[in-house]
Amino acid sequence: MSSIEEIQKGLAEIVEEVAGVAADDVSVDKSFVDDLDIDSLSMVEIAVQAEDKFGVKIPDDELANLKTVGDAVNYIASNA
Amino acid sequence: MSGLLEGKRLLITGVITDASIAFHAARVAQEQGAQVVLTGFGRMSLVERIAKRLPTPAPVIELDVTNQEHLDGLADKVREHMDGIDGVLHSIAYGPPTTLGADFLAAPWEDVATAVQVSAYSLKSLTMACLPLMQPGGSVVGMDFDARLAWPAYNWMGVAKAALESVTRYLARDLGPKGIRVNLVAAGPVRTMAAKSIPGFSGLEDAWTERAPLGWDLTDATPVAKSICAVLSDWLPATTGSMVWVDGGLHATGM
Repeated sequence: MSSIEEIQKGLAEIVEEVAGVAADDVSVDKSFVDDLDIDSLSMVEIAVQAEDKFGVKIPDDELANLKTVGDAVNYIASNA
Repeated sequence: MSGLLEGKRLLITGVITDASIAFHAARVAQEQGAQVVLTGFGRMSLVERIAKRLPTPAPVIELDVTNQEHLDGLADKVREHMDGIDGVLHSIAYGPPTTLGADFLAAPWEDVATAVQVSAYSLKSLTMACLPLMQPGGSVVGMDFDARLAWPAYNWMGVAKAALESVTRYLARDLGPKGIRVNLVAAGPVRTMAAKSIPGFSGLEDAWTERAPLGWDLTDATPVAKSICAVLSDWLPATTGSMVWVDGGLHATGM
């Protein structure tokens, strides 16, 4: 079980690796699509990496609801 | 009991997520005793991650079916993992945004040409690239969406699938003397990454679940995967140039 801070840090690293967004810019209030300009396939790749890293399952329908970095961090924290 | 595909060496294209029809075909094939090598396009790191989720993690070869160098090098790359190919799954299609879910009458030829090249001509390209490793009894399967009819939203991809159906018949004609079968599986809609990216496709999904005589589960790719494996197996030895409907029977109904 990771802490909220660990999840946020780990997720930011994944976003940086997949989408080339600087990890420092991946803050909880940012929208993946509107602020970080991440396309749907990149979102899938981020989700798949997050599943492997945090041992969580993110169904496609759920992924569509994760609009902000904070949404994703909270989902991972409560489902891991 | 040995599996339906015991000892078969398969090359499977078209895996992008673990919702992909090709992923489930690879899974069922492995469960039935096949050895599987995947090809991936574009997002190789994603495909490689997904390949590790199969019952037996599969190697992934990068393949852009419009890249002649990739096609020319494919057989050698497959040989690094398997000494031959008994079956090929072609699960590849792409149309630019103008060709799918947009105004049918406005799509420019360049975009339509891309859709036909990637989605139909590529069955010939892929099959020829694999041919040096294939022997009599080999099976090539492509993924179709019944192109005899005009569908909502499917537009120029429907035209490309009509071309794919024709390519299948000609490949069957020319590869029959080599003992190689070429067939299509015409599946009903499955909620994959590809399907979800077609604007307006969801209306068609609802009609399918209501009208198919056997019913239809949009979230279950296993019936399609099993049927692909059946066509790849030795159990349809005299079938080539055909399309097998795996659609809950919807194609057989009228209103």
